[in-house]
Amino acid sequence: MHLAAKKISEASVMTRTSAARLAVALGLALVALPADAKVQIQEVQTESGITAWLVEDYAVPMVTIRFAFEGGSTQDPSGKEGLTQLMTGLFDEGAGTLDSGEFQVRLDDAGAEMRFGAGRDTIYGTMRMLADNKDEAFELLRLAVQEPRFDPGPVERIRAQMVSGVVAALKDPEAEAQIKWAQAIYGEHPYARRDEGTQASLAGITAADLHALHQAVFAREKLHVAVVGAIDADTARHEIERLFGSLSEKPRLRPVQHVDWKLDQQLRVNYPLPQTTLQLAFPGVPRDDPEFYAAYLMNQILGGGTLSSRLFDEVRERRGLAYSVNSSLVTHEFASGLVIGTSTRSDRAGEALNVILDVVRRMAEAGPTQAELAAAKKYVIGSYALSNLDSSRAIAATLVSLQVEGLPIDYIDRRAGLIDAVSLQDVRSAAARLLSAEPAIMIVGPVAKQENGG
Amino acid sequence: MSLTVNWPRLLPMALPALLFSASVAAETPPPDNPIANFVLGNGMEVVVIPDRRAPIVTHMVWYKAGSADEPPGKSGIAHFFEHLMFKGTENHAAGEFSRAVAEIGGSDNAFTGNDFTAYHQTVTPEALETMMAFEADRMRNLILTDAVIGPERDVIIEERGSRIENSPEALLGEEIDATLYQNHPYRIPVIGWMHEIEKLNRTDAIAFYDRYYAPNNAILIVAGDVEAAAVRGLAERTYGLVPRGPDLPPRIRPAEPEHNTRRTVSLADPRVTVPSFSKSWLAPSYTTASPGEAEALDLLSEILGGGVRSRIYQSLVVRAGIAASAGAHFDGSKLDQGSFTVYGAPRGTAELDAIEAAVDAEIDRIIDQGVTEKELESSKNRFLRSMIFASDNQASMANLYGAALATGGTVEQVRRWPEKIRAVTAGQVRDAAKKYLGVDHSVTGYLLPSSTGRE
Repeated sequence: MHLAAKKISEASVMTRTSAARLAVALGLALVALPADAKVQIQEVQTESGITAWLVEDYAVPMVTIRFAFEGGSTQDPSGKEGLTQLMTGLFDEGAGTLDSGEFQVRLDDAGAEMRFGAGRDTIYGTMRMLADNKDEAFELLRLAVQEPRFDPGPVERIRAQMVSGVVAALKDPEAEAQIKWAQAIYGEHPYARRDEGTQASLAGITAADLHALHQAVFAREKLHVAVVGAIDADTARHEIERLFGSLSEKPRLRPVQHVDWKLDQQLRVNYPLPQTTLQLAFPGVPRDDPEFYAAYLMNQILGGGTLSSRLFDEVRERRGLAYSVNSSLVTHEFASGLVIGTSTRSDRAGEALNVILDVVRRMAEAGPTQAELAAAKKYVIGSYALSNLDSSRAIAATLVSLQVEGLPIDYIDRRAGLIDAVSLQDVRSAAARLLSAEPAIMIVGPVAKQENGG
Repeated sequence: MSLTVNWPRLLPMALPALLFSASVAAETPPPDNPIANFVLGNGMEVVVIPDRRAPIVTHMVWYKAGSADEPPGKSGIAHFFEHLMFKGTENHAAGEFSRAVAEIGGSDNAFTGNDFTAYHQTVTPEALETMMAFEADRMRNLILTDAVIGPERDVIIEERGSRIENSPEALLGEEIDATLYQNHPYRIPVIGWMHEIEKLNRTDAIAFYDRYYAPNNAILIVAGDVEAAAVRGLAERTYGLVPRGPDLPPRIRPAEPEHNTRRTVSLADPRVTVPSFSKSWLAPSYTTASPGEAEALDLLSEILGGGVRSRIYQSLVVRAGIAASAGAHFDGSKLDQGSFTVYGAPRGTAELDAIEAAVDAEIDRIIDQGVTEKELESSKNRFLRSMIFASDNQASMANLYGAALATGGTVEQVRRWPEKIRAVTAGQVRDAAKKYLGVDHSVTGYLLPSSTGRE
């Protein structure tokens, strides 16, 4: 899915005396709360100036580190699409004096798990390790970050695996639809391109391209780091400096322009499938927009993740038209939008589309009720900790997301207040702003035979 | 509710375990809140897994009723009924439970497997008693009318459309199961066959409810920021008030006959461009295996095809460079017989036959020469550390204990899993391969491109 439902990574760490807890006790959303003694975020600064967030926690004998460099697949040079993804597949395939096999065996013997990946706007890495073996694990991560080899054998192999993936999707109507969708929405913008590349673009990538991208993106200035687990601040500071301190200070990133989605268009992919998939796009709000929280709450009420959204009620519960239907805000660094998606029986696809458009129109015109807003606030405040704090990995990912989004270290304490401050009028205004536009609509399925309003 | 049909695998092994086993113990002392296990007066089993790091609780109720417990001709009723559990009861309107969860930012859902159906919520500790009260209420007080059954059946039909009919891989997977299991109900898909789903009705739902939904057929798992004694009190005040149901007979399903043939299932579809194959065998599960055998099969699957250091991956993907993907998988989390599967897909111009032959050759090599001490040790360590990593997530722990207990295991067996893994010898791994992976009783599935079909 190219564009679908990138969940908002607006995140935080929660405390034992949490917003959720008080909200329950008092029956309403509350504001800033004291940080808990057990789950506290410390700011750690290294000598070269890298700032990291640390949560010390000795309950489980493991350490998790996660980091992100700004600059994801948008950094692929034109004609070399797939370069960033190829690179992230190669960090455990040889580094320093170790070839692929030697590196993987040492990593396995160290009891550590390492993973790199990339989105459109960032490249991230993560490692979880046993506290007992963390020295060796950090050393292997250091080699991967600083001295990846990009040897011919692994490069050819990972490239071939990516080509296999591209070829496997060639005749898949869902994949075809997502490519068509991205091109229609983004036009010439880099977001329209395929992260995984094409057969032709992958074929042209060289080891020199990989080293150049690594040099350009792996730098300290736009690096964000979080560490969670059985490690103290001094040790964490020392390890982070060893991992990243010798990287150059400033990255050399290709400039990327902000882009508005191209709406008000209809796309069709005709294919004899048993179901018809509907996808609709509306305008969104950037993460730093003053109306972000109003839009976030509005989306929650419209078709957010709970079992009681308006779309869920109308499309699934009342009419049994689909198994799932949802809406989500998309907040990329350089574009934003709101997407609604569902799959429905093909002979009632027209009815499902009409129901969705009707729900959207009513939200745009009248907004939610006070009761809906109150319930959404409670959910959005309470769910934050429950879904962002349930493991070291989740906490580390959350802390890095917060940093990438430029949010402060005390955001956690402030978040409930920001949400609580949104008024019904704010949400109505956000609904009108986002949902009054003519959407882009894509229909994937068999040629309509008897679509009706049913 | 985004309800899950198939049991999601959480870890590379079937059973979880306690965290701080000897060889992997770290500088941290063992937890001061050990796992508690007790039974209420009405027969409901309870497991409490304390994890006091954050104010979060995972609450689950597992019923020992899954698709393999359905009456003949009623496939899909276990899963359909799981959906109906979200309708109204005598005490609460439809949707009230989910709204109560959402109001505090919690999440709730349910899933159905071959051997169990489970309902779960993740909430703050204050809300635990409310969750228990709602869950205990719908154990017996559901109101099922034709008005709620009709639209929900349409939802299930669309769910089957989304999950199965839209996916060539899923359609082939159903046919492989139906071929691998010749007599046992694991041959029937959890979501049900379409022609039988379409006929499920209120009478079927009530019969299933009355037979299986009772405290003496349920397991309560609470993981997270709780104390066992407090959970016991809450459980007695909620679930404890539900009367014990009739005693259920032992869960004896039709058994598999001897398998003596090599079977092949193929599906060609115009959406497929890269072909792939899988080969499956019946194998014992943790419940049916003789001592050590399931552990040996788990280690065999890890050594043969469990990841990038496995034999199949190194041989086919790395050294020969003929496969884009290849590996092995053991499913031992079953009440009755489990299965063992190998799979692969070619890369570039390689032929699917060559991939299959190369995977077969790796199996033969283990049957002939066994595994090395070094690869056995590395695989054991991977399993043991994955348990530490699992203990970082309370929902993972709850799922692992729930699945084990609902498929005939005990808390004690789960606790002792690490030492059982450590005790497996190279000889046992080789014996398991020899005994279970004979090609003359395998089922091979082929997913192939097809040139026709596009409108």
